Amino acid sequence: MGKIIELKKVNKWFDKFQVLKDIDLEVAPQEKIVICGPSGSGKSTLIRCINRLEEHQEGNIVVDGTELSESTKNIEKIRAEVGMVFQQFNLFPHLSILDNCTLAPIWVKKLPKKEAEELAMKNLTRVQIDDQALKFPGQLSGGQQQRAAIARALCMEPKIMLFDEPTSALDPEMIKEVLDVMVDLAKGGMTMIVVTHEMGFAKEVADYMIFMDEGKIVEKAKTKEFFENPKSDRTKLFLSQIL
Amino acid sequence: MNLIAKPSKENFKTYVPIGLFLISLSILDVFVNAFFNFNLMAFLPSQLSYFLPLILGFIGFYLIRIEFSGVHSLDILNKNINSNNFNALLTLLTIFIIIKSIPPMLDWFILEANFIGNSKDDCTGDGACWVFIKVWFNRFMYGLYPDAEQWRINTAFLILFAVVGVSFFVSEKFKKYFVLFLVFVFPFLGIKLISGGSFGLEYVESAAWGGLSLTFIISAFAILFCFPIGVILALGRRSSLPAIKYISIGFIELWRGVPLITVLFMSAVMFPMFLPDGTFIDKLIRVLIAITLFEAAYMAEVVRGGLQALPKGQYEAAKSLGMGYWRMNALIILPQALKLVIPGIANTLLALVKDTPLIFVVGLMELAGMIGLAKTNPKWLGMAMEGYVFAGLVFWIICYAMSRYSQNLEKKLSTER
Ligand SMILES: Nc1ncnc2c1ncn2[C@@H]1O[C@H](COP(=O)(O)OP(=O)(O)O)[C@@H](O)[C@H]1O
Ligand SMILES: [Mg+2]
Repeated sequence: MGKIIELKKVNKWFDKFQVLKDIDLEVAPQEKIVICGPSGSGKSTLIRCINRLEEHQEGNIVVDGTELSESTKNIEKIRAEVGMVFQQFNLFPHLSILDNCTLAPIWVKKLPKKEAEELAMKNLTRVQIDDQALKFPGQLSGGQQQRAAIARALCMEPKIMLFDEPTSALDPEMIKEVLDVMVDLAKGGMTMIVVTHEMGFAKEVADYMIFMDEGKIVEKAKTKEFFENPKSDRTKLFLSQIL
Repeated sequence: MNLIAKPSKENFKTYVPIGLFLISLSILDVFVNAFFNFNLMAFLPSQLSYFLPLILGFIGFYLIRIEFSGVHSLDILNKNINSNNFNALLTLLTIFIIIKSIPPMLDWFILEANFIGNSKDDCTGDGACWVFIKVWFNRFMYGLYPDAEQWRINTAFLILFAVVGVSFFVSEKFKKYFVLFLVFVFPFLGIKLISGGSFGLEYVESAAWGGLSLTFIISAFAILFCFPIGVILALGRRSSLPAIKYISIGFIELWRGVPLITVLFMSAVMFPMFLPDGTFIDKLIRVLIAITLFEAAYMAEVVRGGLQALPKGQYEAAKSLGMGYWRMNALIILPQALKLVIPGIANTLLALVKDTPLIFVVGLMELAGMIGLAKTNPKWLGMAMEGYVFAGLVFWIICYAMSRYSQNLEKKLSTER
């Protein structure tokens, strides 16, 4: 099967500090990948390289047939195909939830305003906050904000969704409402890369698990095998700590 | 100290009336003294009578300083202007100074001022000679602009006020056309109308422009242009392209480091030397460019402050949605950053308006400049006070209006969320 994301021998440094070391990763359309690992191991940096919020220095990254490099024109076009959900939501506080969702479709995809609003309402209904559409981000709870952020990304109708610890900034009682939305999205066939420590979620939706440490992919395995029979000692230790 | 009981709720009924009576008496004494020149306490030795209001008021404030009196207005009063002895003293002194200074001000401005007549000799009273302002009013408004042509300036400003006024009442949909007209059409239309030279209008050279209308023209143009240039410079200073970044930094630091008066002087005297022979740029335009670039450098730093206050996540979210540099800045970053720095922007624009009198160094005279000229007229010597009080008042009204507008804007934008 064709791959929608391919990383080959990717290396990245922040000044002299190497954050990513020889990363190889392939993702097929509709696959769901969950990445876990200790803090500072490079998980965020890895997925941010996929929509080029961070630039890698060595190796190749190909997203949907386009290689990402300094000479890539239209990096915006790739980003429009790759949705991203952040730990801190990053909604636009000066715009209503509806405008948060319609802004990029109108200005980047040139959708007529009416169509963009219909699309936004469809996605807001999907994440169950259609009744909050006219409020501003500051008036919503954390869980609602994160769901709005997911809806905003979905409005660009991306082929791939990246999640960077989407529930880490939430109060415990709000985690489930966000995870439910993500499970629903996964069942709908979205290609997803999710950085999370919610192992229940991982077991339910992930095709593959990736464990990272010190900038390296230590272990990549089918989900069942990863939890039942992890190969590396580091993975075992990590799992024993968080499960 | 134990001779009299501490003011408290128990002795409220006796202390508060006595206290209020003493305070009233002390204020009355100062009032009568200031307005009618009559000393109520003249029967006392002079030193005592001088300090008596202060002493009486002080005791009065002490007596009414009752904690949790149960009377709301008294509690508020005590909390704000009578929280301790020192505070009470300051309150009294402030009241006395205000009362004392009203009569002389009133005398100078109105009661003993002169309003009637056409020359300095008509000013016989001790107060201000407003005749000066009256006689010179036309010059203070229009400078040396020919009387017969002044309708053109009036028309230009009438159009401006009419368009702005109407724009408040039209729906959001049409508002943008009004804004586009005001920014891109009106300035050039207005200048053409005032300078003339075509459409059968007599040409009036810019050296003849002056007075308050010139203050407005210069301020409006400089504000109109310094704002976008400032924003571009602020973005440039944060650019990841070194060439753009260092050009912006160089530009900003160069202009910020030089006093405006020097810049104006150079624009008028030195700049023409670098022009090829025969080319000529109007002095007013050179001055406008100088003021605009000067204020743009300040504006850039104000805007940069707003840009820096935004979290990195806002940039990343905009990028992750496929927005390019200009869309990201126009739709996400600048709307938030500019809102944050409205007070700083207002500050810069107020300073700009108040800097316009400096154009006198190149021989242009707006309001303050015309007043400076009028007061040196041999027939009107000694009118500096009236002139500059008038100028101060006019500038204050303009700046206060701008300040109120910026506060309203800030409020409106912050309640929208
Ligand atoms: N912009 C940056 N500049 C310098 N170092 C960074 C930057 N971003 C991340 N790092 C460093 O890179 C390492 C990996 O960071 P990150 O990818 O955020 O880890 P994770 O998401 O797994 O916690 C950390 O040691 C972090 O300090
Ligand atoms: Mg992280």
